Amino acid sequence: MTSRNLAYLSNYSIYSAMFLYTIAFFSHAVEVSFSVKTTEASEKTTFDFSRTDRAGRIGTAMMILGFIFLFAGVILRGASAHRVPWGNMYEFSITGALAFSGAYLFALVKYKLRWLGLPVSIAVLLTLGTAVTVLYRPSAPLVPALKSTWLAIHVSAAIVSGGVFLLANTIAATYLILDRMEERGGRSEWAKKLPSLETLDQLSYRLVAFVFPLWTFAVIAGAIWAESAWGRYWGWDPKETWAFITWVAYAAYLHARVTAGWRGRKAAWLCLFAGSTFLFNYIYVNIYGTGRHTYSGL
Amino acid sequence: MMLGLASIPGSLFPQRNQNPMKVQEFFKNNPTLAQWLDKAKIFDLYSSPWFSAIYILLFISLIGCVLPRTFEHIKAIGKKPPLTPKFLDRMEGFAELDRPVDGTLDLAEKWLKKNRFRVRREELSISAEKGYSRESGNLLFHLSLILILLAVAAGGLYGSKGETILNVGERFINTPTSYDNISFAKFQREGDMAPFSLRVLDFKAAYDVKTNAPTDYTLQVAAANPIGSKEVLKTIKVNSPLTYGSTKVYLQANGYSPVVAIRDKSGKLIFEGAVTFLPQDGNLTSIGAIKLPDMTPQIGMVASFLPTADRSPTRGAFSSFPEVLDPRLLVSVWMGNLGLDSGTPQSVYRVDTSKMKRIGLKALKLNETYDFGEGTIAFEGYKSWVNLQIVDDPGKMYALFGASFAILGLLTSLFTRQRRIWIKVDGRVQIAGLAKNGVPGLDEELTALKKTLEGLEG
Repeated sequence: MTSRNLAYLSNYSIYSAMFLYTIAFFSHAVEVSFSVKTTEASEKTTFDFSRTDRAGRIGTAMMILGFIFLFAGVILRGASAHRVPWGNMYEFSITGALAFSGAYLFALVKYKLRWLGLPVSIAVLLTLGTAVTVLYRPSAPLVPALKSTWLAIHVSAAIVSGGVFLLANTIAATYLILDRMEERGGRSEWAKKLPSLETLDQLSYRLVAFVFPLWTFAVIAGAIWAESAWGRYWGWDPKETWAFITWVAYAAYLHARVTAGWRGRKAAWLCLFAGSTFLFNYIYVNIYGTGRHTYSGL
Repeated sequence: MMLGLASIPGSLFPQRNQNPMKVQEFFKNNPTLAQWLDKAKIFDLYSSPWFSAIYILLFISLIGCVLPRTFEHIKAIGKKPPLTPKFLDRMEGFAELDRPVDGTLDLAEKWLKKNRFRVRREELSISAEKGYSRESGNLLFHLSLILILLAVAAGGLYGSKGETILNVGERFINTPTSYDNISFAKFQREGDMAPFSLRVLDFKAAYDVKTNAPTDYTLQVAAANPIGSKEVLKTIKVNSPLTYGSTKVYLQANGYSPVVAIRDKSGKLIFEGAVTFLPQDGNLTSIGAIKLPDMTPQIGMVASFLPTADRSPTRGAFSSFPEVLDPRLLVSVWMGNLGLDSGTPQSVYRVDTSKMKRIGLKALKLNETYDFGEGTIAFEGYKSWVNLQIVDDPGKMYALFGASFAILGLLTSLFTRQRRIWIKVDGRVQIAGLAKNGVPGLDEELTALKKTLEGLEG
């Protein structure tokens, strides 16, 4: 098959994945909204998730199918250009969306996380939507600086870390919202299905602790690559600086938990802060940055 | 944390060592603000005294924190686990076992040793601990960070970094005078440079015909190390520099040097050779200057080189592809005073035309000659040039060691669980445990031990 056909096939896969994620989004929306039960006797709304369990399961199934199509899309994109598919911002975005939904599905196996399906599907749809409309670039070969095995190693480590960091962030944000609700006299009905605060707190901590070494590795792999491509392993390029800031922020988070015993609200805010430095790096530095990581293709 | 915060402005404001043009622009647009920022060294942030101060503080606090802990840990490794506490019923997973006291401790000790616990056997109790490598890993990680900081400092105090532009065919000898610019670290002696020489044999660039983006750069050099020894053929690419010890030669940029011959009115050859031009865009539209101070009156040429010439009504002449397919040399000839004696240094790529007047304008094809009245210029050919960056960083290897050990330490410490288990036999059999930082998994171990002791398993 020619490169061009592969590239088209990749685009179709991405579009199909978006379609599936849209269905997943609606299923999860239905799962939540149709479980509302208002009895005439009381003013209060209650939720009955047993009625909408099927919708939730459809949502999960669609998420899995979407993941498979997205995976195929990313692989085909790479095949069309004869390289790993991490050459510009469009490709970072589709791979990032893949890593994020992959992290969700992985966590779904271990924990009861289906409640995250709605926000996750929204986030994936938004990312893919931006990717295919604003960021899309035709499939093309790499510039010489990117031709290195380190591309596969450094970028994959960074993307996977990013996906997991953002998932931890989503959970920390959920924690804060629920925490506020409980403070104001109990959770709203829809939130009663969600796990306890302690579970959320533990979960986001474990995700961060699990992926922090990988992020460290991503930064170091980047430094090794920079040494061979640019002649220095560290140059305070904006991307490097922000990667370092993210690293320091998460290190502070881990220290705060292990050494200073931070839990709950304070830890969640710190987690959100650390995650936002990552997002800032990804969005701002890629698009407006002046450093040497200017591969977004924009 | 401080270092992280302090590094933020450096990514938001342009840095002199990365992008001096942007800094100048900033000064032009916000003169007052720029002056204040400059006083705070915002434009040279990463080499500023206060950034170094934070760096050194971090270094001291790391040492102050890690060294005592290391000694303590080494002592702890030699020691036995601490004594069994008096009241086990306050600990996690406390249970009383339904079994006779006799032989309990032997059985428990066997199980604990099999599961690689450190065991302290007393008359009526056992105290066991496992997971010392958590602290070992933790300390290894922090010690590695110190090593990285030292390596970065070594790179800042020793070594050198310089650049040189070479045309294909030219030779380079690694001495300070051969460089276009070179900077030495504080304690580096200028004599201590790797003794090698290079001759540029060939440079090939490949481009994608659809996007015009480069796909490959290959530089062939004949290298001699030490200087004067037999030359060896070497290839340098963007991601594979040439290495001599801690010195590396990187291929950084490339462009074209048109070859011209200039004669005066009488036909005497004034200049012949390749003139390095600076690329202005991805298609290598390049600009340059040819200065002839020895002609009277002085002649200066403001020139552009287009590897693949094209025209558009809005942009005028430009290059539409980076490879040389249809080259043009555009020259605008100026006569008057080049201003070279004024004392202010001039760029070799620009002509100061303020005291000159233009006497001619021409787009030359290959092998074409143009007569501008005061003489002639012939466009005889072109050569590729490469910009080599030559860096000597003796700290690099140590930074890599540090980084590798840091990862190793981090993994060890994050994935090792430290926990204690106690068994007491004063009349009844009691068992309990304690997991540091509340890590999970202790319950399973206690259950397994209980089963063993109660004779249900093993």
